[in-house]
Amino acid sequence: MSAITHAIPPFLRGGTFAHGVHPEENKHYTAGKPIQRFPFPRELNLLLSQHAGKPSVPLVYPGQEVVRGEPIARADGFMSVPLHAPATGVIKKIELIPTAKGPRKPAIILAVHPGESQEMRYGAPRDIDTMSPEDIIRAVQDAGLVGLGGAAFPTHVKLSPPPEHNVDTILINGCECEPYLTTDHRLMIEQPEQLVKGTQILMRAMQAERAIIGTEDNKQDAAEAIRRVLPKDGSITVKVVPTKYPQGAEKMLAKALVNREIPSGGYPSAVGLGVYNVATTVQIGALLPWQRGVIERVVTVTGPGIEKPGNYLVAIGTPLRFILERLGFRGSSQYLITGGPMMGETVSSLDVPITKGCGGFLVLRPEDVQEQSIPQVYPCISCGKCVEACPLYLNPCQLGKLAVKRRYEEMEDYHLFDCFECGCCSYVCPAGIPLVQYFRVSKAMNRDLKSKAAEK
Amino acid sequence: MALLEQVTPAVIFMVALGAVLAIVIALAVRKLYVHEDPRIDEVEEMLPAANCGACGYPGCRAFAEATVKGEAPPSKCTVNSPEANQEIADFLGVALGQQEKVVARLACAGGTHVAKMRARYAGVDSCRAAVAAGGGGKACAWGCLGLGDCDESCTFDAIYMNEFGLPVVIEDKCTACNDCVIACPLDLFSLHPVSHKLWVACKNLQEGDAALEECEVACNACGRCAMDLPDVIRMENNLAVVDYSKNDMASPVAIERCPTGAIVWLEKDRVIKGAAAKKIVRKTPLPIEGE
Repeated sequence: MSAITHAIPPFLRGGTFAHGVHPEENKHYTAGKPIQRFPFPRELNLLLSQHAGKPSVPLVYPGQEVVRGEPIARADGFMSVPLHAPATGVIKKIELIPTAKGPRKPAIILAVHPGESQEMRYGAPRDIDTMSPEDIIRAVQDAGLVGLGGAAFPTHVKLSPPPEHNVDTILINGCECEPYLTTDHRLMIEQPEQLVKGTQILMRAMQAERAIIGTEDNKQDAAEAIRRVLPKDGSITVKVVPTKYPQGAEKMLAKALVNREIPSGGYPSAVGLGVYNVATTVQIGALLPWQRGVIERVVTVTGPGIEKPGNYLVAIGTPLRFILERLGFRGSSQYLITGGPMMGETVSSLDVPITKGCGGFLVLRPEDVQEQSIPQVYPCISCGKCVEACPLYLNPCQLGKLAVKRRYEEMEDYHLFDCFECGCCSYVCPAGIPLVQYFRVSKAMNRDLKSKAAEK
Repeated sequence: MALLEQVTPAVIFMVALGAVLAIVIALAVRKLYVHEDPRIDEVEEMLPAANCGACGYPGCRAFAEATVKGEAPPSKCTVNSPEANQEIADFLGVALGQQEKVVARLACAGGTHVAKMRARYAGVDSCRAAVAAGGGGKACAWGCLGLGDCDESCTFDAIYMNEFGLPVVIEDKCTACNDCVIACPLDLFSLHPVSHKLWVACKNLQEGDAALEECEVACNACGRCAMDLPDVIRMENNLAVVDYSKNDMASPVAIERCPTGAIVWLEKDRVIKGAAAKKIVRKTPLPIEGE
């Protein structure tokens, strides 16, 4: 029997998606390490644009004393979220600080009171079960919740699909397919109650009948931990899917868990789904019943360049320099990446703070990178390995050739904007062509050309 | 014979059909003839066929049409030599028109010898790619990355990269076609008439030591230039801004007290710094922080 089922490719058997890659997982650094609270630095740098959308508007002035958990910036319209003080202290100033993406952005600098117990004094309990869906969505925005998986898209916007979309199923994304990262893994093991609570709140907000928590088969212990606390009515189930990258992408997950295809350029709600990340859901479960906001998050600090890798509960706004100095990094020059190695952002400054979207921090030594990398970029011979790897069935080979020729507009005919930069094509390319980097440039160029054409 | 009998009607039919269609076409040519000024073709011949768009028209043909109609003076073509433009003006019997030379200018002076680097960028050799990868590693988030997207975009060879990794515009060759303005991901290039001689070569929005820590020639928002020439210069977001609508009142007095030399007076292919600007003697790149 098993011989027969194994003869069928896994994506036809269901439970996963076609294409994708299997990078080295490297989760052993931190998978077994419980979440630890990280000390507060002297100063927190709280970026006003932690999220996708409009930056928050500061509510504080320099010299003002704030209490841990207190709102210090308000949302600017619907596509924005407020910001809360992660520690009791004094507002020092509002100035431009470096960000992971490069350009300097305005941030609130909060000097933490030394010797303060940092006990949580803000927030009051409320009965979430009697709240209407609209109230829940408003409460989600007030809590400053954004997608903590990395994209930092405001969660309340995802909870407000167009009225013609009828969402029947909530998918909770616990795949964490990025190598090295173990944030969601630890959260599922250590805080399954909050995860289930958060899932129930999401189901109420979206008026969905069922929810599926999806995780990969390298995290069986997490699946077990959640199964122990599931409600008896059977509305929430846990599904374990084969480990493969990028299983945690919205489109791949929908395909694997419920075999539905999210249309190109569309939202999951178009096929009756709502997809939320585990870390986000845990925060919803923990914060909403207390009327609190996001002030800290779990960050995996890992990689061979770190002396003490682990999963840490870090206050939002903690500078990377502080974290690295506490945990010790080896060697002199390093490759610093926020997020995982496949989709993360290279950091060019140690003064970059932890933001809501930053789930991991990876430190590689030059020798670790050299071991893996192809010494030079060879010409493309159209071997088609990237085509076989692309989970969206795009043609990275053709796109790459067009990008080299700077035919950016033509690339849109090859669905350039469907690419979500998972990095599978660059990973498998035997010629070492930095395909994803090409696509990022092309997308930026196309957007620029369009906006400049619109100006005229 | 039988074959001929079969073929003959077909041949007659085809010939007749051909004749009828020929008459229709001949009539249509007369009836639907669009009169086009033959001078347009001639003027187009005299234009450089660069199709750069610097004149503001979508290509040389469109510009030729406009000049023949009298909508645009021939001098608007910045690629042609003045003599060639004079030829067009003589041919059309119109005035050459007054056209001030416009050139592209870079709002950054932070070469590798004065601007700090925080990290080393390794990747696709393009500014746009570097900007997408954590900003490219330059300490100043607004400064020129020096990977030469503008140099590559320039079809007239008017830009070269100097020894400090900064693009230099050769004013004689620059046609103000706007290509470098589009190519620069940091929006450092802009087009200016050569009479705009007062120039702020910095975009750093920080003030005081924060700006100087990143680059020795940054504008540190001290405001001295705005004090010396208050009608023309104002401080905005920690940066001196020149109001070019009052360009007549601009004078080199504004640059004299600038401590860093961020504001300069531009003569043809020459940059004049004020007397108080600190002298830069270093010719080698600054080391990368922490290495």
